[in-house]
Amino acid sequence: MARLTINGTAHDVDVDPNTPLLWAIRENVGLTGTKYGCGIAQCGACTVHIDGVATRSCGVVVSDAVGKQITTIEGLATNGALHKVQKAWIDHDVPQCGYCQSGMIMAVAALLKEKPKPSDADIDEAITNICRCGTFQQVRAAIHAAAA
Amino acid sequence: MNFVPNMNRRSFVVGAAAVGGGLALGFDLPLGPQVVRAADGSPEVTAWVVIRPDETVVIRIARSEMGQGTLTGLAQLVAEELECDWSKVTTEFPTPGENLARKRVWGDFFTAGSQGLRSSHELVRKGGAAARMMLIQAAADQWKVLVAECTVDKGVIAHKASERSTTYGKVADAAAKLEPPKDPPLKDPKDWKIAGKPLKRLDTPDKVVGKTVYGIDIKLPGMLNAAIKDCPVFGGKVKSFDAAKVTGMPGVKKVVQVGDSGVAVVADTWWQAKTALEALPIAWDEGETANTSSATIADWLKAGLDVEQAIVGNQQGDIKSALAGAARKVEAVYGYPYQNHATMEPMNATARYTADKCEVWCSTQNGEAALAAASEASGLPATKCEVYKTYLGGGFGRRATSQDYVRQAVLIAKEMAGTPVKLLWTREEDMAHGWYHPVTQCRMTAALDANNNVTGLHMRISGQSILATVLPGRLQNGKDPATFSGLNPTGAEAAFGYTIPNLLIDHSMRNPPIPPGFWRGVNINHNAIYVECFMDELAQAVGQDALEFRRKLMADHPKHLAVLNAVAEKAGWGKPAAQGVFRGLAQANSFGSFTAACAEVSVKGNAVKIHRIVCATDPGYAVNPAQVERQVAGSFVYGLSALFYQECTVKAGRIEQENFDNYDCMRLSGMPKVETIVMPSGGFWGGVGEPTIAVAAPAVLNAIFAATGKRFRTFPLKNHGMTLA
Repeated sequence: MARLTINGTAHDVDVDPNTPLLWAIRENVGLTGTKYGCGIAQCGACTVHIDGVATRSCGVVVSDAVGKQITTIEGLATNGALHKVQKAWIDHDVPQCGYCQSGMIMAVAALLKEKPKPSDADIDEAITNICRCGTFQQVRAAIHAAAA
Repeated sequence: MNFVPNMNRRSFVVGAAAVGGGLALGFDLPLGPQVVRAADGSPEVTAWVVIRPDETVVIRIARSEMGQGTLTGLAQLVAEELECDWSKVTTEFPTPGENLARKRVWGDFFTAGSQGLRSSHELVRKGGAAARMMLIQAAADQWKVLVAECTVDKGVIAHKASERSTTYGKVADAAAKLEPPKDPPLKDPKDWKIAGKPLKRLDTPDKVVGKTVYGIDIKLPGMLNAAIKDCPVFGGKVKSFDAAKVTGMPGVKKVVQVGDSGVAVVADTWWQAKTALEALPIAWDEGETANTSSATIADWLKAGLDVEQAIVGNQQGDIKSALAGAARKVEAVYGYPYQNHATMEPMNATARYTADKCEVWCSTQNGEAALAAASEASGLPATKCEVYKTYLGGGFGRRATSQDYVRQAVLIAKEMAGTPVKLLWTREEDMAHGWYHPVTQCRMTAALDANNNVTGLHMRISGQSILATVLPGRLQNGKDPATFSGLNPTGAEAAFGYTIPNLLIDHSMRNPPIPPGFWRGVNINHNAIYVECFMDELAQAVGQDALEFRRKLMADHPKHLAVLNAVAEKAGWGKPAAQGVFRGLAQANSFGSFTAACAEVSVKGNAVKIHRIVCATDPGYAVNPAQVERQVAGSFVYGLSALFYQECTVKAGRIEQENFDNYDCMRLSGMPKVETIVMPSGGFWGGVGEPTIAVAAPAVLNAIFAATGKRFRTFPLKNHGMTLA
């Protein structure tokens, strides 16, 4: 049994401590907004915040996440108000299939916390998530809008 | 749209317990008016339109939504004719089982070939128009006035003379009892107010908060999870496996053989199932495909470039004489590799089987094929099966070609009768068992006269036919017509855009034992590279400007030429580019649309920076221009990822690439600025999702040649040491 604090709520999950955090979030806690794409931290679809840092949750085991603050896409809005990145995503109609967008949004939210006005070069370096629909043009525009 | 996995969506709901507003109705009397009701009891005015008492307009969407925006576009077309309030529109997917039970009232569910809007626009517009006419009729009947005296705007019906008004929600029930008009007239697209406009997608809000349900997200009470390994060698079989080695592992419920080639572990959670599967000893009977490799395939295809006889796709004049009498010949050989779709959401399906019912929940581009797969795998008639479609985490053709994942999920569920089981492939399984972009080689041979006129062209394609494997019934006397995408002599679907007096385009069909599939753009991807890069080679050979050279050959193809001219003008072709920046052009006609691109690149060492691509597309009609722009830019990412990075190589009968670490994709840093000219000329309905993908790669390749003098003819470019900056 491991205690995970996700979106401010403690969850006692009965899993092998070596289970990737992604699967504990999806299967044991039941929050399915965080997606599986590759399992080897390449694609970023599973990005969550761990103590505020954008982290690919397929590459972190449950035992290493105990005692930390985990935020998933379901917990990004606060008191029912969407995060500015989510709002910008709606304004710019960013998602296509949308499958990678939970991870993309979490990665961008972390970037803007660190760099409130990122340059294009900052964005290129920080946002390496794969989007097979290829909505990058909208992603970049929405990041700048959220940062404005 | 909220997906409710365990809903019981009956076509005919008797009783009105769930109806808001206390409507007393729902009698399906044999002789009385039949009202078809949605699950919540709201009346269905036509099969496409349900109107709730609170004025919500539910528009039924038969096609799948995989990111291409068809859901919003189809809703716009219905709403346009319906004259409803767009802000009150929501959508739902009717099920393939309901479609079967109702004699395919929603038509085809197949979502591929860039057909989502263009092959159903008339059907859905008529569904909206008929509903509008019935709603107005119901109001006029109530008021005992003439229909012609009534007007409607945003779902409010008015009778000016008597100063009365009502709403769709109030008359929907009466309207649903009326006989639908047989052939309702449709608006002229020039009068559109909702269609043709750059409206926001209806599915965005759920997608930014993680609420959208994809196949992978299905949760059912008591559900177990399965991981699967199919024989890594195509056509191989399971020889044996030692289930006892893993049955005691945490969560494991059962180890099952799936068909003759797969083994699955069923467990409480998927992670447990996958962990056990990796520990499961499996011996394979690899079969004869184990002797196949990329090299053996390439040799076989190469031989096809030289055989005398091939299947003719386009023939004009006498190419043999033209080549024999040429003052000069130009020749080049190209090749295109296998590629996996690599949808972000790996293949998955959830199935529940009992002796008299088989239900499947899945992401699919073809709900009806999924229903057929469920029926076949379960052994139950289709009338006892049902498929509940979810949103798709990408399709690109993978979920259209084969419903293999549905078949597997049902076979597993059949071993666990009564218990729902979700089957999910690992990314590695997804890479190993794709339906790959077909592999081809191509020899281009041109004849030039003494004045540098192109007098002949022989385009010999050697390689794989998709239809021969996937839909052999669509072959025409052994010819795969889809092979000639963009190369056909006539028609607006996929015609060759050049007039060359002596022309032969033929295909030596060679089908290696690697399953081919429809991969976004399909055959136009390689055909456009072969044709458009070779056109640049010819222009260079005769020392002419690439645009002027094309224009001379395209005079009889005004739609092809119009998009090419549009990009040339917007990109500033003929005017100097920025220091170190070079341009390349390409054009193609596929999936009923005319497309062209002008790419601007600079090359430093082996790193290619794509600064900008100007694209033009003429799809006939643009139902949502903003979404057309997004499809263009997105298709370029898909096509250029393939150009630079993607190849599935075959070794000992299996695919070597396993995951994104050796099957890379363009990231945000590589994204060029894409400027799209949407120039619908009307009179025909072309596609959007696929046609533009084909012009990105040749435009970039031609720009790279302009920058470096290097002509790359095999792909991906990483094999030549080139990278995307």
